[in-house]
Amino acid sequence: MVLEIKHLVKSFNNKAVLKDISLEVEQGEAVAVIGPSGSGKSTLLRCATTLETADSGEILYNGRALMSMEDGTVSYAQGEELRRIRASFGLVFQNFNLFPHMSVMDNITLSPRIVFGKSKEEAETKAVELLERMGLADKAGEYPCRLSGGQQQRVSIARALALSPDMLFFDEPTSALDPELTGEILKVIRELAEQRMTMVIVTHEMSFAKEVADRVIFIDQGVIVEQGTPQQVFEAPRNERTRAFLSRFSD
Amino acid sequence: MSFWDICTQLAGGMLTSLAIFVLTLLFSLPLGLLVAFGRMNKHAFIRIPVKIYISIMRGTPLMLQLLIVYFGPYLLFGMETTSYYRFPAVIIAFSINYAAYFAEIYRAGIESIPKGQYEAAQVLGLSRSQTFFRVILPQVVKRILPPVTNEVITLVKDTSLAYAIAVTEMFTLAKQIAAAETSMLPYLAAGIFYYVFNFVVAWSMEKAEKAFGYYQT
Repeated sequence: MVLEIKHLVKSFNNKAVLKDISLEVEQGEAVAVIGPSGSGKSTLLRCATTLETADSGEILYNGRALMSMEDGTVSYAQGEELRRIRASFGLVFQNFNLFPHMSVMDNITLSPRIVFGKSKEEAETKAVELLERMGLADKAGEYPCRLSGGQQQRVSIARALALSPDMLFFDEPTSALDPELTGEILKVIRELAEQRMTMVIVTHEMSFAKEVADRVIFIDQGVIVEQGTPQQVFEAPRNERTRAFLSRFSD
Repeated sequence: MSFWDICTQLAGGMLTSLAIFVLTLLFSLPLGLLVAFGRMNKHAFIRIPVKIYISIMRGTPLMLQLLIVYFGPYLLFGMETTSYYRFPAVIIAFSINYAAYFAEIYRAGIESIPKGQYEAAQVLGLSRSQTFFRVILPQVVKRILPPVTNEVITLVKDTSLAYAIAVTEMFTLAKQIAAAETSMLPYLAAGIFYYVFNFVVAWSMEKAEKAFGYYQT
């Protein structure tokens, strides 16, 4: 199991955002997380990637505890262990969050070089390979401001892949893009799915969930309401809330 | 006394003015960064004293601060100081005053960097200092160049305040010559000196801004 989340609970100002979420992601699986805005799906992803601190529960990557409970209090991995666990996942942000003062090449090679001690040559060879995969081989020397949103997002995917993570998280990867640019991101994610990259994709784009995901999870009001194959969830939703949510997308 | 004679007499003072300018920047720019960190510290016992320090530095005249730094050791603690203390007193007073202004500029710059930059650095495994020096600071420098230019230009003119404790920088000399010769020419020469000095400062800062123009945020 690449990722195990057990009984995750998170509140903001006494308002429960995640109420006892448990989730397992297997090697090579692509999971789409859908749900209305404010349902907690982004918070779930932010807790899993250490951008938020959860109130209770457990999070494990490849069996190593990122977060665990000790005598009723939350305990996070520290130091070298934390760094090691963090290296097992990558995160692609909604707003890309590329470093604007660095070239595409430097954006991708920064962490491999200064965090993981790779040589410049090694990091750049890998970056060139990733840029080719992303269809951006000619953009290595460009700065992010000179790229389209879709190109920036592909650079950020390359940046996440440069650390050879065991899995990738996507936080609404196309929400900041013009509709005509979502196709290029969908294509990249579909290719990653074909290469059996383990992925968790939080998305508003139902076509992502339908075309790419092995499993779809519907979250509403901080709980997993329903999950199953795209076919099960989209064509024969069992829960009333799932049906209500999906009906808003069908027209 | 010809205009040229006046200029040669002022030349030594110009060097002192330049020294005050360079040394003040050398100390206040890094000190300002430390003050900015104190101002943003999560612990109130650090943050609040720093806030009070900034408030006093900005809320009272630099000339008054200069007099306190120069006369304070004797008047408050009875320490004998010699005339050699004049120049260091100017540098100390100017540095702690400008550090307060720079700190607020740094703080505004640091706080203007989007949270996403820190989050991206965090998931890429960068340490806090790597995040600050590799990701945040370069972007802050670009953003704060215009307000820093303002302060630096003000500093050029503020060097003339050193005359209050009889440091023989250029303005002090200009006043002495003007009084001795009953002439406006020394003031004209001084005015030209400050203007040219600031012209060079503004030109260099514009160059620096252009050097950062290779990217947009």
